[in-house]
This record gives sequence, C-alpha cells and structure tokens, in this order.
Amino acid sequence: MTDTPAPPRTSPLHDRHEALGASFTDFGGWNMPVRYTSDLAEHHAVRQAAGLFDISHMAEFWVQGVDAAAYLDYALAGRISSMKIGKAKYSLVLAESGGIVDDVIVYRTGADAFLVIANASNRDAVVGAFDTARATWRGASVTEGLRIDDDTDSFALVALQGPAARGILSSTPGVEITGTGLDELGYYAWTEGTFDGAPLFIARTGYTGEDGYELLIEVARAGVLWDAVLAAGESDGVVPCGLAARDTLRLEAGMPLYGHELSRDIVPAQAGLGRVVAVDKEEFVGKNGVSTAPADAPVLVGLVSEGRRAGRAGYPVLHGDVVVGEITSGALSPTLGHPVAMAFVAPAASEIGTDLTIDVRGTRIPATVTALPFYRRNA
Amino acid sequence: MTDLTSLRYTSEHEWIALDGDIATVGITDFAADKLGDVVFVELPGADSAVTAGDVCGEIESTKSVGELYAPLSGTVVEVNDAVVDDPSLVNAEPFDGGWLIKIRVEGDLPGDLLDRAAYEDLTA
Repeated sequence: MTDTPAPPRTSPLHDRHEALGASFTDFGGWNMPVRYTSDLAEHHAVRQAAGLFDISHMAEFWVQGVDAAAYLDYALAGRISSMKIGKAKYSLVLAESGGIVDDVIVYRTGADAFLVIANASNRDAVVGAFDTARATWRGASVTEGLRIDDDTDSFALVALQGPAARGILSSTPGVEITGTGLDELGYYAWTEGTFDGAPLFIARTGYTGEDGYELLIEVARAGVLWDAVLAAGESDGVVPCGLAARDTLRLEAGMPLYGHELSRDIVPAQAGLGRVVAVDKEEFVGKNGVSTAPADAPVLVGLVSEGRRAGRAGYPVLHGDVVVGEITSGALSPTLGHPVAMAFVAPAASEIGTDLTIDVRGTRIPATVTALPFYRRNA
Repeated sequence: MTDLTSLRYTSEHEWIALDGDIATVGITDFAADKLGDVVFVELPGADSAVTAGDVCGEIESTKSVGELYAPLSGTVVEVNDAVVDDPSLVNAEPFDGGWLIKIRVEGDLPGDLLDRAAYEDLTA
C-alpha cells in the first residue's frame, strides 16, 4: 500500500481563473494559476501599469494576547515588540540551528494582536515552529496570554501590484478606506477598510519590486472583489497575473523564494538577511545557531550575463575551472533583457565585479557578480 | 493556416509537415503553451545531421527549458532565422511562422509518429 497524495487545494478564486482561461501549476500543495495569457505580458503589465495576483495559498496566522508581542520576539528573528500598530515587518522563522524555516511578513494590528503571513508550502512547518517556541518559551510557564489561530481557510489574499495600483484601488467601487488613507499610507504599513460591507485588510506590501497592495478579504467576498478590481483597472491596463510572472518579478527585485534562496540549511547572514535578525535580543529561537554559523559558508550573490541564455536553479557556478557555487533562481530578465540569477557562491568568489562562469548544460556562459536587486523602481 | 490533420506528430510534441523528402518541423501549440513565453531557441546548424529521437536543440521560456528532439533522421537543410531572432513566434504561430527547421529525410520515417487524432488523444 502506498499513500495517495492529497489532491492539490484550490483557491476561493479558482472559478475566476478558469473563466479567464488560466493555466495552472501545483505550488505548495495548491493548484494555482501559472499564467493567464503570456508570462511576459503579465510581467510587463506589473512594471508599467498593474497586475492582480491571487495569492490565497499563503497562510495567515493571528497571534494575539497580552503575551503576543513578547512571544513573537522569541519565536521570530526580528524585534517584533517594537513595531508600531499599523506597520508591517519582514521577518524569519528560524530553527534552533539558525536555519530558515520560513520567511514571513508580520503586521501589527493592535497592542496585543499580530497577523503573520507565511508561505503556503511552510504552513505546517510554521505551525510546528510556533508550537515548539511556545513550549520552550519562559520555561513554558505562560500560556493564557497567548492565542495562535491559523485562519488561512477563512481568507482570500490578492495582490494588486504596479505603478497604477493606488489609482485602481482608490477607484474600485465598493472599496471604502476607513483607516489611514491610501495617499498617507507608507510602504510596509497597512490600513483597513470595507468592501461591500465586509472588512478589508489593505497592506502596502508585495513581492514584485513595484508599489502595490495586498488585500485580505473573507472568502465569500473574494470573487466579487477580484472582479471589481479588474473592472476598475481595465482602462489603466491591469491584467490578472500568474505565478510565472510573480517569479520573474521577484527575481528582478532580488527577493528570495523559500526552497530556492532560503532553506533550513541556510542561515540568514548567508542569504544577505543578517539585518533581519535582532541578535541583541536576550533570547530567541535560533540565537545560538546564527551566532556560531561558519564564516566560510556560501553567500547569496546576484549574477548578470549577456545574451539570452539563462542559468537556471541547480546549474554550477565556476571561478576559473573550480566550481564555487550553484544557482538558486535564474531567468532571462524580461525588464532588463539579459539573463539574471541568484546563486550561493564561496565568499572568496562573491565580491561585486568578480567574473565567473555558469555551466549551462555543458556550455560555459560568462557571468559577473553584481549587487542585488537587479531592478529597482523609481521612487 | 496549416491544416493540422495533414501533419504528423511525436509524443515529444513536435509536428512534422512532409513535402516530398523535406520535413518541416516545429513544436505544437500544446508544447508552446506548456513552456510559456519562449525567449530563446537553439537549433542545429544547416547541413548538420540529426538522428530520430536524439536531442537536437533547446527551447527556453522564462520559466523552463525544453529539449527539441529530432522527430526523424536526416540532414538539416534550413533553419528558421526569423524564430531565432524572435522566439515569440513559437507561441504566436506554432504551426506557421514558428516552424523551427527543415530536414531532408534519410531512410524510413519512424514507425511511432502520430496522426492528429492520436496526438489529440495524447494531449487530451
């Protein structure tokens, strides 16, 4: 007997995607749109106008109670207790070894309330890490002042990204902003509103390198919100976008993807995320691990090449004739028109400007170490 | 517009249009859709020999790399330079302007080529 794998889950917006003619792919156990028409057209729409992504596969945890802030200081790498209400913060869930269990965004929604959005593929791992952290924190003496709820199944999450995002969201019928107005809302902050009478959580965050919003709404209203944003943005050029465009957009923006640039075998400093870890905190999961990580471990770099032939995840990177590392993500950059890649390489080969080569299925392609991100929007 | 029922197909999603001993080869719309937007093609040079079932080129999209298998044995007599310059033709016109190479067929055709109905069953 072998276990039959669970069928992939589908988003609350699945019927919309089918009606739009999407192609689907399995991602983190979910059957999600990979593209609707063209990866490149969707990519360019986000850079030049706007794109709408369904990211309902991502996991939402509410962490609440009088001990919530102190608990998250222990359970996550960053200093969460110093966040202001209304702000968002990129953080990491670490293993005791210092390796990365997941990367998350934390939104402080109240003095004693936080929303943590995690990757779909790591939902169970984050639940496990939060449970372990609760069990080991302060000798497990505190439990009443802390409640953690996995509310992933109650919400849909859509991302409206691109320079036209603000105008489109402002003009979407039924969207009322009741908190900080969109014109005053800073990057990595959130505000609240309603859509069609239902609560709407609006975060100015994203995974594309463009300005934009992530919108959290109850499942029952998700389809109507999706339709309304697409209709409101039609004249501005908004298009529905799939995971293929999302991947090339985040790669150009130098943003790591769990399972590629991040894993339990990678400590934050290796991935250029040392700043995310508040090492001066007295106690947090992974503190000993990150402080004892070897200094000669491979580090994440950006690589640029000429031509059109891209290095892909898993391809060896060489310095002279010596293999010094491996690509974790790579593509022909749609915006820049040349190949870009992220790779882990030996520290000695990681200086910006170092000339390396990529073994592209037997052909050596020259590549130069460059600073991340590859693409930065005009502020 | 190409009459798709006049073509033969491989299980690796190439199509073949035979005209005498010259076979025009491309990849199907199904393969192009699976790949996503094609951004780079590498094709065998003119006059090079190809062997049925062997890899003879590569087709890259933003997301992935597909190998081009020679659907039959022979000598490449022409390469579609237009598709090398503009790989998006593979997506836009897979059966017309997106053709890849022309091969002068040598020997018998492989016995496992599919007709349109069999190919549609394969990709249903």
